[in-house]
Order: sequence, then C-alpha cells, then structure tokens
Amino acid sequence: MNAAAESMAVVEARGLRKAYRAKVALDGVGFRIESGRIVGLIGPNGAGKTTALKAMLGLIPFDGALQVLGRDPRTERDDLMRDVCFIADVAVLPRWMRVREAIDFVAGVHPRFDRARCERFLANTQLNPRQRVRELSKGMIVQLHLALVMAIDARLLVLDEPTLGLDILYRKQFYQRLLEDYFDERKTIIVTTHQVEEIEHILTDVMFIRDGKVVLDAPMEDLGERFVEVLVDANQAEAARQLGPLDERSLPFGKTVMLFDGVSQAALSPYGETRTPGLADLFVATMKGTYA
Amino acid sequence: MNVIVDTLPETPRPTARITAARRFGWLLRREFWEHRGGFLWAPLVAGAASLVLSAMGIVLAMVAARGKFRGDTEITLHDGTSVSINGLDLNMLTSRMGHEELARLGDGIDLTLIMASGWPFLVLAFVVFFYCLGALYDERRDRSVLFWKSLPLSDGETVLSKVASAVLVAPLLATIASILTMFGFLVLVSLVVLFYGGNPVTLLWGPASPLLLSLQYLAAIPVYALWALPTVGWLLLCSSWARSKPFLWAVVLPLLAGILVAWLEFLGVLGDVTWPFFRNVVLRALTSIFPMTFMDFEYLRDVDFSLPGAARQLMSPAGVYRNLASVDLWGGVLAGAAMIFAAVRLRRWRDEG
Repeated sequence: MNAAAESMAVVEARGLRKAYRAKVALDGVGFRIESGRIVGLIGPNGAGKTTALKAMLGLIPFDGALQVLGRDPRTERDDLMRDVCFIADVAVLPRWMRVREAIDFVAGVHPRFDRARCERFLANTQLNPRQRVRELSKGMIVQLHLALVMAIDARLLVLDEPTLGLDILYRKQFYQRLLEDYFDERKTIIVTTHQVEEIEHILTDVMFIRDGKVVLDAPMEDLGERFVEVLVDANQAEAARQLGPLDERSLPFGKTVMLFDGVSQAALSPYGETRTPGLADLFVATMKGTYA
Repeated sequence: MNVIVDTLPETPRPTARITAARRFGWLLRREFWEHRGGFLWAPLVAGAASLVLSAMGIVLAMVAARGKFRGDTEITLHDGTSVSINGLDLNMLTSRMGHEELARLGDGIDLTLIMASGWPFLVLAFVVFFYCLGALYDERRDRSVLFWKSLPLSDGETVLSKVASAVLVAPLLATIASILTMFGFLVLVSLVVLFYGGNPVTLLWGPASPLLLSLQYLAAIPVYALWALPTVGWLLLCSSWARSKPFLWAVVLPLLAGILVAWLEFLGVLGDVTWPFFRNVVLRALTSIFPMTFMDFEYLRDVDFSLPGAARQLMSPAGVYRNLASVDLWGGVLAGAAMIFAAVRLRRWRDEG
C-alpha cells in the first residue's frame, strides 16, 4: 500500500479547462506533481494560477481529468480535505474569532491537527489567545494561520499568494518556518507568488503559466542546464543574436544580456561571460508581451 | 527512490478520531461564538428590559395608589380606578378571594407571565431572521469561507449546523431567557405583594403556574423548529445566492411575486388566489420564524377565556402539537428542506473569484 501511495502522483492533471464568461482561465492544462516537491506556480495576473489551485482544491467546477492524491476534487472533496490544506490569500481567518477559539475549533474538527505543535509555533509570537483576529496586524494573522496549518499533518499544502502585503521580515520568516518546521519528503507544497526572488531558493520545481497554458514545467536543477544567460559585448552582439536568444536587455556601457533556451554553455562562452539566469529574469523573458 | 521510501517505517501520524457528532458539536459552538450577542445576550437584555419597564410601571402604580389606602393592609380601589401592569390588576392581588376567584387570579397572573416573558421571543424572531440572512453571505463577503473550506467539513454539515443554530440553539436560549424573565417578574410582583403585607405564596406562586408554562415553552421548540423551516430555508438560500444585498432579495422577491399575483387576480387572469398566495408563500417565506402559526391563531380563537385555567391552555402541548397534523406545516417543511439543499449546493460550487 505504501509503495502504491508513493508512486502515485500527488496531483495529476490532463486537459484542464475552465472558462469564465469573459475569458478562458485554463486552456487544456496538463501536469504532474510528485510527492516531496515544492512547486512554484508562477504567472502574471490573470494567467490562471488561482483557477488551477481552486480546481485542485475542489472549489470550482471545471472540465478535464484531475486527480489529487488519487481522488477527484469535484466529487470527493470532503474526503480529500483530510489530507489537503490550503492558505488561500492572506487574511481569510474570520475576523470575529479569537486566537484561542481558532485553535480549539481546528483541534475539534481536524483529525490530523496537533495542538501542542500549534501552540509551540505560537509561543514565539506576540499572539495572545484572547485576541480577536480583527485586532491583529496582517502579519500576525498570517502567523496564526501558518501555525494552524503547519500543525496539520497534511500531505498536500497549497499556498496562494501567502505573503501578499506582508513586510519582508514576515515574508522571510514565513518561508523559513515552512522549510524548517514543516516540509519533509512525505509532504508536497504548491505555492503561487509574485515575489519570485524570495522563493526561488526553496523551490524544487517550477511551473510557468500564461494565458491558461503551462509554458514551462521543469525541476529547478534542469533550469541551469537549459537556460543560459550571456553577458555579450557590443561588438559580439550581432553574432550572438544569430543563435536566437529568448530575450535580451541592454546594460549600461554597451553590454547586452542575452537569455538562451537550449543552447549549451560551451557554445555560448565565446560570446561573453555565462551564468544561470535567475527565476525572475526567466519569468520576465517568458512572459514578455503578456500585458501588451 | 521508491525502494528507499518503502523500507522506511511509516512515520506515525497523530490522528484523532473525530466522529461526525463531535464535528457537528464544534460547528454549533462556532456559530454560537460568532453570534453570542444575538443568541444569548439579546434575549436576556430584552427580558431584563421588560422587567425594568414592569418595575417602573409598578412603582408608578404604587405612587398613584398611595392616596387611596384605607385601613392598614388592604388596598381598596373600589372607586373604579384600576392599576395594571402587563394586564395584571394589582388591586386583585391583595383582595380577599374565594376558591374560584383564586383560580381566576391564577389565570390572570399566567396571562401576565406570558406577556412579560414574550419579549425574548420577539427578539428571537429578529435575531434568527438576520442570522439566516447573513449566515452564508457574510463568510463570502469577508472571504472567510475559504478558511472554513480548508478544513475537512462538508458543505452539508456546515449548512445544517446553521439551520440547527437558527431553529434549535437560538430558540432554546431565548426560551431560557424567557423563563428567567418570567421568574424575575414573579419575584418583582412578590415584592409588591410583600410591600402591601400580602402573602406572595398564596397570592402569586400558588395560583400561577410558572413551572408548567416553562415546560410548555420548552416543549413547543420542536414544533417551532419545523414551522420556521421555510423561512430559514428561504433566507439561507438568499444568503448563499445573493452577490450583494441579500436582505433586499429576500424581502423584495416574495413581495413582488405577491403583487404580481394580486395584479393578475385584479386583471381577472387568476381567480381568488391573492390571500392564499400571501398566506402560504409570501408570509410563510418571511414570517414563519415568529413563534406563532396560523393554526395557533385559529386555536386561540376557540379558547374560552371565561373558563378557569384558560391561560394554561394557550401554550398547552396538546394545542401546540396539533400543528403537526396540518398540511401547512409539512408543506413548509418540504419547501424549507428543498431550499436548504439548494443552499448547500450553492455553497459547494459558488466561486468567490
């Protein structure tokens, strides 16, 4: 049973389609997410990230085949939610609730919630059990939500812009907590965010989504092999351009940075200094013209 | 990788056994936490307000009666003045009475008790109305529905916990507030009787039947719950469906439908249907949470108030449970259940964008 569970993909999607009245949010999306990964789902506003997450969480109807932990989120949501947890957006905790009530409630209804763990996470914060959520700052609400979620031993955790509107201290703390105190090889995390630079070092896989389609789906270690950035001198620029860069941007003093997909580092090194591009640069290059 | 994982012992997971009943208990508790003000405090405050007003009235009456004492212990207001609080004639309290008069006095006191303890129920109706309107709307507006949906709670049990809060928890708490008010009122009047040298036990507690009335109130809750279902269902449906202003939708739609029917009747398209439509649809959808049914009204018409013990008959289980024999009630239950089911489906699939 263990073997079956491990070889099964955590999420497997084929031909996902979801159209809203005005536009197509998911246009035949397919992907597979294995256990023990931290996947970044990255795309511009309105690309369909949140729709994809909502489909996985069984929050919306959609077309296509989707299995999350072997279950169809449309028909087996109640069962699924014992093994899946999510933070959809910041500040969705009910504002009337007290910190203590939130802990009591989740402890009361969730079979995988570990109360002692949750209280240990909260001990390092300024949260007071008697405080109501509406009296907390945005950062403290996220601390509370994260403590609740991290105390749940779920197999899949979905985070949709979990640090939106937080200052850098809370953001750093958020991801550090997640890595140090929560993540292990039995768990899987899917996260969407705009703050690409802050999460790229914790991701194991990255998925770019644009106009309802997955345009890049790769493990992080493959990115370095596939994409190369070259710092090209002005006199070499024309020659380098012959190799078909994905994107280029000019630097001061006549240098140009060119981004190549699928051209080997050895082939590019004559044109200038090469390096592995950052996720943010890759993102910008891939998404060029999205808002045009 | 699989091989390695397979040889590792399964890490023990802390899994508590959580039964459906226990989960439902927590859902009810969660509703109570959020609506403590409406469910608990509002009926208590209404009862307290009724007591304060009664006390003020009594003091006013006592001051007015002061000039009319003759002798030492008896009030004799035989000059035609009568002072009454909640319909209770203070004059009667200290008169000397025979057996039958005492029974009549008991009736008078019981009626007074019903009136004095009615306030929490009036408040209950409004609390339940606005609770249901907001129950599935507010969580969408502040997006906290996404938190509730991140927990292993089905939409069915969540909505049912809200129904149970509206038709059982809130009425039970209001009934308790009402019973407390009733006893508070008796204590208040006892003080008056003592003040005039009367014996509250023989004059008040003996002839009146507060315990019986309390039990009758409690016994009526299940019938109330069934009768209230169409309104609760309609309001929950509006609450889960409206994108904004659920109150307007909930009230305006039935009224417009009623006006349309009246208009068609006026044009001669439909027969004599306006009143039946209002009675069975419009009023049922909007006012069934008031703790009185059409049956009750009909029943009240038949009560002979000249007979001793009539007041105790008002809320008698025999009378209240006669409602269960009416098609009105069960038709409403069916309609209510259908609307609650629709509300569950809407909560399940509504996309909050």
